[in-house]
Amino acid sequence: MVSDQHVNDVAIDIRSVSKLFGDFVALDNVSVGILDNEFFTLLGPSGCGKTTLLRTIAGFEDVSSGEIVLYGENIAGLPPNQRPVNTVFQQYALFPHMNVTQNVKFGLLRQGVDEATATRRVNEVLDLVQLTPFATRLPSQMSGGQQQRVALARALAPNPKVLLLDEPLSALDLKLRQAVRLELQQLQSDTGITFVFVTHDQEEALTMSDRIAVINNGQLQQVGSAEEIYEAPKNKFVANFIGETNLIDVNVTSVSDGKASCSLPGGMAFSCSAADGAITGDGHLSIRPERVTLVSPAKGILRGTVTRQIYLGTDMHVDVQLEDKGLVKVRVQNSSSMRIPPVGDEVGLNLEADAARLLVD
Amino acid sequence: MASRKLDLRYFPGFRPLTFLCLFLLYAPLIIVMVYSFNDSISITKWGGLSLRWYHEVFFGPEAPKFQTAAFNSLTIALIAATLATAIATSAATAMIRAGNFKGRSFGFVLINLPIMVPEIVTAVATLIFFSAIGFTTGYLTIVIAHTVFCIPFAYLPIAARMQSIDNTYEQAALDLYATKFAAFKLVLLPLMAPGIFSGFLLAFIISLDDFIITNFVKGAGIETLPTAIFGSVKRGIQPNIMAISTLLLVVSVVFVTLSYLVGRTGEKSK
Ligand SMILES: Nc1ncnc2c1ncn2[C@@H]1O[C@H](COP(=O)(O)OP(=O)(O)OP(=O)(O)O)[C@@H](O)[C@H]1O
Ligand SMILES: [Mg+2]
Repeated sequence: MVSDQHVNDVAIDIRSVSKLFGDFVALDNVSVGILDNEFFTLLGPSGCGKTTLLRTIAGFEDVSSGEIVLYGENIAGLPPNQRPVNTVFQQYALFPHMNVTQNVKFGLLRQGVDEATATRRVNEVLDLVQLTPFATRLPSQMSGGQQQRVALARALAPNPKVLLLDEPLSALDLKLRQAVRLELQQLQSDTGITFVFVTHDQEEALTMSDRIAVINNGQLQQVGSAEEIYEAPKNKFVANFIGETNLIDVNVTSVSDGKASCSLPGGMAFSCSAADGAITGDGHLSIRPERVTLVSPAKGILRGTVTRQIYLGTDMHVDVQLEDKGLVKVRVQNSSSMRIPPVGDEVGLNLEADAARLLVD
Repeated sequence: MASRKLDLRYFPGFRPLTFLCLFLLYAPLIIVMVYSFNDSISITKWGGLSLRWYHEVFFGPEAPKFQTAAFNSLTIALIAATLATAIATSAATAMIRAGNFKGRSFGFVLINLPIMVPEIVTAVATLIFFSAIGFTTGYLTIVIAHTVFCIPFAYLPIAARMQSIDNTYEQAALDLYATKFAAFKLVLLPLMAPGIFSGFLLAFIISLDDFIITNFVKGAGIETLPTAIFGSVKRGIQPNIMAISTLLLVVSVVFVTLSYLVGRTGEKSK
């Protein structure tokens, strides 16, 4: 285990990194500090620049400007083979002409480790990923899940300071993916190696990471724990991308100290938390569907008509068309004590004040 | 099956035309092969089955001449194909792995142009070149000329193979602390081996079969198998020429088939 005093050291400091492909800006002035011994996830839609950022850390892509500092050393100019960083590739890229042992040993031998030590380390790592019985198999003779573990073992064997993983689970089926998620998390905490994990799957990001960086169009949107990002999204993009949310048009009357007062459609006053940088005037309030409650029309601070119900097993999804404008999605638990109003009924809506948040547009 | 009407087999007259073409292509070859087993000295009348012309090729009065020619052909093909394969492999690496450098498409044309230039033009040009720089024609000039015109033939399967290999393998090698050279030697080269072998075989057979260029640059006193055959034919067609042609044909077919199969199995196991 890593001693406590190191837990908060910065492993990789990405300082104002931009990357251009011709005129196209793939990374736009990205700055983020990835901490030592952290499971850090880069999350964003397809084409947002996640792989590009990972490749600049690995050294496969030069940065157009900015610095990448690894434990105090600027590595931005170094070739990949001089960076103490290893990658698990999306399609694994296992050497097809080498068996599992030879694949895993490759990095060790290239580092100049002697044969005996390398063999010992290979056995250790194969044991870690439970592949010992497959040591002499060729990659083509293994299942996707097994190949994925070989790729992991190969990248872990040289004991890198940072492990980069580019959507390593995307080629696996759902069931396997869920099992491997847990294994990966376990592996990270067992080895104490900093993991930088790329995914476009928000569920994967929320369940596995210590911290998440949300990226869109090459720009960093927000960095924080799963809870922070889900409960306190900074802007519309993050709120929409992570989970389901309602965006309610409001008129903001005042913002101070992270608190905002505003008037809802229909005129009722409402106060809630505000994201940094929120301003007065027209704005958007974000609230998760499970934080909206259905009440009788007289008791609600919003009023509308039920237009749709979707049965989701444990939950029921209800769409409510507001009287003024806009649609609010509500998620109610299915329980016998509660009657869910049928389509066409007038209903009132209450918003949990501590779960509502004024966003930066 | 929906496109039955578009199936070529249903065009009228297509089938007879195909058979006519195949007949014109293969009938002469088949006649030569069959008559090489003819017991009669006539090249048109069938006199029963025999191996006498093959015996004649190896032990007859002309045997020493053909043996020397065959030896020359094989060693020249071996040297030229080896050199051409090495050059083609380097060229393919530069063309396909070195990014989009300036002059890349020009390089591509340059490498492949010799296939399109009429061979007689290349032959004359090569001869003029050698005499201009005062090179005496002989074994060495044949090797040089063969190496050069074999390059594009070796290049094709090698480049095709390299194009099919994803460059993440080399990136993975670099990521695992390999130098660029080690990544090439330990990862790219083994993955390319089928393509390289296929290219070598193709270059070998192209060199072995070449007549026109060889005839121009060989000078006096040295013969390869094709020029020796041509020399004999000029003095009248003997049945032993059919035997020797059949042997050459078999060697060619074996090599080309091998080249194709090696290239293909490599593709599959990728
Ligand atoms: N070599 C390149 N040349 C030009 N444009 C590129 C290059 N590599 C990436 N891009 C562009 O940069 C953008 C970001 O690409 P990147 O591969 O980082 O996306 P990503 O976030 O990993 O997406 P995905 O989830 O689909 O893998 C894309 O729009 C892509 O087209
Ligand atoms: Mg990607």
